[in-house]
Amino acid sequence: MSSKSPPDGAHRVATAATEPEPAPDFESGHDDSLGLRVQHVLHGNPVLGPLAVLLVAIVAFSLVNTRFFSAPNLSLVLAQVTVIAVLALGQTLIILTAGIDLSVGAVAVFSSILMANFATKLGMPGVLALILGLICGTVMGAINGFLVTRIKLPPFIVTLGTLTIFFSLNAVVSQSETVRGSDMPSLMTWTGTTIPIGGFRLTYGSLIMLALFAYFFYALRSTAWGKHVYATGDDVESARLAGIRTSRVLFSVYTVAGLLYAVGGWILIGRLASASPNVGVDYNLDSITAVVLGGTSLFGGRGSVLGTLIGALIVGVFRNGLQLGGVEVVWQGFAIGLLVLVAVSLDQWIRKVKT
Amino acid sequence: MTTTTTTTTPVLQAKGLTKRYGRVIALESGDLELYPGEILAVIGDNGAGKTSLIKALSGALIPDSGEIFLDGVPVHFRSPMEAREVGIETVYQTLAVSPGLDIADNLFLGREERKPGVLGSVFRMLDRKRMREEARRHMSELGIGTLQNIGQAVESLSGGQRQAVAVARSAAFGSKVVILDEPTAALGVKESNRVLQLIRDVRARGLPVILISHNMPHVFEVADRIHIQRLGRRATVITPKSHSMSEAVAIMTGAAAPPPRVA
Repeated sequence: MSSKSPPDGAHRVATAATEPEPAPDFESGHDDSLGLRVQHVLHGNPVLGPLAVLLVAIVAFSLVNTRFFSAPNLSLVLAQVTVIAVLALGQTLIILTAGIDLSVGAVAVFSSILMANFATKLGMPGVLALILGLICGTVMGAINGFLVTRIKLPPFIVTLGTLTIFFSLNAVVSQSETVRGSDMPSLMTWTGTTIPIGGFRLTYGSLIMLALFAYFFYALRSTAWGKHVYATGDDVESARLAGIRTSRVLFSVYTVAGLLYAVGGWILIGRLASASPNVGVDYNLDSITAVVLGGTSLFGGRGSVLGTLIGALIVGVFRNGLQLGGVEVVWQGFAIGLLVLVAVSLDQWIRKVKT
Repeated sequence: MTTTTTTTTPVLQAKGLTKRYGRVIALESGDLELYPGEILAVIGDNGAGKTSLIKALSGALIPDSGEIFLDGVPVHFRSPMEAREVGIETVYQTLAVSPGLDIADNLFLGREERKPGVLGSVFRMLDRKRMREEARRHMSELGIGTLQNIGQAVESLSGGQRQAVAVARSAAFGSKVVILDEPTAALGVKESNRVLQLIRDVRARGLPVILISHNMPHVFEVADRIHIQRLGRRATVITPKSHSMSEAVAIMTGAAAPPPRVA
């Protein structure tokens, strides 16, 4: 941390944490008015902060190791980020409604195991196995939605319970066995195949991911459903009094998230070239991390999927860049944890904006 | 509106509404009449049943018994949505605006308009341009055209401006009745005056208004008739001309016997 004395702690940490190099004081000024101006700008454009962090991180890591900014490495980062990004997309919808989903990883992995077993043990054609697997993920999301909206349990508790249940069922169905990609129909692992663009190798999984982000960017901004998601997360009682069927909105969000997690599970099969019941434990926190780093507020009603995409890229860039910089794995977790805390502090600070 | 006669059909009428919560009687015999083009103030001490009465009229509460008539026709509301579908708009004390959304989004929240053609029907795209134009028109019709940016988040507005957005929404969509619950409770003097003017503007557009308020000066300033609720039933109805503020308070608190209805 620099020895300068900027007016606010949050910003100083933000700049320092994004850069292993001595931080140039590019955001935090030396007088309150600049700090307040930055606060206003970030309040109006919440994606700017994460974007700045991402760009600074890319520049910094490129300086540390020239291999970082090479086409093969950037391809790797994107491939690594893809699954987390899709899961984080579903998580974003839920967090926008002031909820939280701890069952993300369980739903994704269980869906991938179901798909793989439908195709192998039950011998279904690839398309059928895929569709059934996606339906199963959707149903798992709907169960979460039902418990949240009908039984009216807090999302944290609901998804904590279903997390355990889905992982347990996952172990039962899979018998703790990994299904190899070579035993499955090619559609199952198609998401991992790459399209060369120059030296860059884009996977079909990444294309699906980008298409999903584009779709939900549109749905949240330009449809009534999107407005209702924001309104429900902002103030559920106000939204209800304004005539929005908030239970229906919440149920739709959890259900759609379940479908997204299942798509994530499909992409995961392509990425690993297998369906393994033992992955995905980290996915819960990684998805929440991506959402939070992307500037979406855990208190609901504020944020965007664009921010989440940037947030997921920040996680990927950090993990990869620290690795290339020779930082041990244990310290990578430390750095990411620090980033999350900074992001949440920043969110609190931006929310306090006065007009 | 001082010459309310029995020959006019009330726009909205409640007869013998009751609501019990266990042994607690919130509303014992809720009667109310709202006539065309008037501002009816409803006052009462805490626990007098005015909130239950208003909630029943706006669909937020289902009464145990009693009847509600709209233009003389009996109606039964099971949700706020059903009340607003027949033209009764309510501005709740908690405002019912979403702070993170902009003014236009808030005005159209729950009844967004889609683009014509394929964009609207298949892609369900909202017609933001038209909603913004409409929002601007509604706001300026009520003399609140001073807000430069209709795309401004409601949280960046002052309390009075937020209240104005909520009132504008009810006036824009209410075709029969506008109910305002404590609209000036959280406002300063200047902002209160603007909201009171807004209420008069709504009346001027031909919409009758029910105003629930604790603020006697505000009630006496704008109301045509004053309905006094006490101990779960209507004590009486007075007018600002027939009685003074202190008399109204005395009736409300039970310090004075309720006079016969003068209006």
